[in-house]
Amino acid sequence: MNYEPARSRGSPDLAANAPGAQERRTGAIRIANVVKIYGSEGAGIRAVDDCTFDVPAGKITVVVGPSGCGKTTLLNAIAGFHSISSGTIYLDDTLLCGPGRPQADPGPDRIVVFQNGALFPWKTIIDNVSFGPIVQGRLTRKESIEKARFMLAESGLRNLESNYPGEISSGMRRRVEIARALMNDPKVLLLDEPYRALDSLTKSVMHEALLETFDRNQVTIFFITHDLEEAIFLGDHVVIMTTRPCRPKKILTVDIPHPRDYSILTAKRFREYLDETVEAVHEEALKAFAAGERER
Amino acid sequence: MPTAVAFTKRASQLLGSVTFWRGTVAIVAFILIWEIASRTGLSRVPAPSGVVLTFNDLMRDPSYWFSWYLSVRRVFTGFIAAMLLGIPLGLGMAVSRTFYGISFPVFEVLRPIPPLAWVPAAIIFWPTQELSIMFVTFLGAFYTVVINVIGGAQTIDVRYFQAARSMGSSGWDIFRRIILPATIPSIVVGATVGIGIAWAVVVAAEMISGGGSAGSMGGAKGGGLGFFIWNSYVGGSYTQIVVGMISIGIAGYISSALLRKMGEMVTPWLRDQ
Repeated sequence: MNYEPARSRGSPDLAANAPGAQERRTGAIRIANVVKIYGSEGAGIRAVDDCTFDVPAGKITVVVGPSGCGKTTLLNAIAGFHSISSGTIYLDDTLLCGPGRPQADPGPDRIVVFQNGALFPWKTIIDNVSFGPIVQGRLTRKESIEKARFMLAESGLRNLESNYPGEISSGMRRRVEIARALMNDPKVLLLDEPYRALDSLTKSVMHEALLETFDRNQVTIFFITHDLEEAIFLGDHVVIMTTRPCRPKKILTVDIPHPRDYSILTAKRFREYLDETVEAVHEEALKAFAAGERER
Repeated sequence: MPTAVAFTKRASQLLGSVTFWRGTVAIVAFILIWEIASRTGLSRVPAPSGVVLTFNDLMRDPSYWFSWYLSVRRVFTGFIAAMLLGIPLGLGMAVSRTFYGISFPVFEVLRPIPPLAWVPAAIIFWPTQELSIMFVTFLGAFYTVVINVIGGAQTIDVRYFQAARSMGSSGWDIFRRIILPATIPSIVVGATVGIGIAWAVVVAAEMISGGGSAGSMGGAKGGGLGFFIWNSYVGGSYTQIVVGMISIGIAGYISSALLRKMGEMVTPWLRDQ
């Protein structure tokens, strides 16, 4: 029950993220002129077209857009699960993918939290959370479990250690998955509609838990969603995408300081941001509908 | 002891459940109808009362138990060989496209051949009759195990691979920590079905290959529960035929229950879901 080693290991990171050290912060993603064509070049489907925007380090950038517009394609390209057809994606000064290197290597600096969750059902919660550092060889099993324990305790998930993912609620599973992601000290968290399947009450709990985690870790977050309220509540920047082919239509800066809580939902400024987003997204949704895009 | 308490609790739950009593009544009624049908001559199957008497006699007959021993040994030898060869083969086919391309066509050509069609060939090709029966039993379980392993390993959700790779897993890590555990439930299913087929096959193989001479049942060669049934038929002891049939039912049930139990032990995450 001694969390001290984990805490001391954690403290240098915290120091690096302290307000005074902001200029050293890493985890910025630069997406430039990215094109993704599925299928053969001539007859293929253009999922992403000349897409350019920045995901600033240590901020939450939320991407919204009509269904099937290519948001996930972009996320998969950053994560290294899929290739791009042209353009470049940089993480800080490192080229993830670009000319001569169509697909990035997946790595622990960019961890994805999936829509339906990807906790390993055959591992207990503690074994799931301690997984990354063990396979990377960064920590011994014992050290990693100790750190995982600390991480779970910090997220208020102390008593779940020996449970299997199938035995806890889906809301809990998302939080465990985020804890598992943070164990790898990632520069970027890539979240693909992680709360889509949750009811709105659980969702609001998840949002506050995520913001709390974010305030503690200041990791860069790239978040995909359909839910506009969620987008503005969480996002420092909201990137509204056009219907397929996907490119930014409008980038909104949400100037509401962290830490945020649910009281801002009723604030006048919040409603104004929401109206602005709804208008832009609705326009694209109509276009998508007219183009015969089926809702997925 | 907490286990004793749990057992008593379970027993009292069982005795209080309608489903339990409905099942009991149904079985009793079935036996009663069978008894009446046999006594009135409606059916030529020996009456359960006669079967019970014969069973009682056989319980004290070592050669009856020796038949059990022979069949169990054949089933488990064949079955374990099928697991030892089938699991790596199935995993290999699921993991390597090249290996799949080479071995799957051969596998698919051989698979539709019923194990029993192998009996004459097995008797010719294997040095002893014992080995040939074991080989046929092996085939019965083998195909099912392989097919289940391939199916299980190929349907692992791609998200698990993506998550594991982004957390820095090597190819070996992915095999050991993702593919293997994710395939265990399918292996358990393959094993449970496979051992059932192994029992079906062993009985038939024993009937076909025969024992030594009649009367030396449980002798140096042949024997087994399948031969026991056949021999009872030849000897005209109809109650013994039924005892043999029931024995195989019991053996199959115990084997499946054993495997299910072991399966639960190796897949703790699938409990009470």
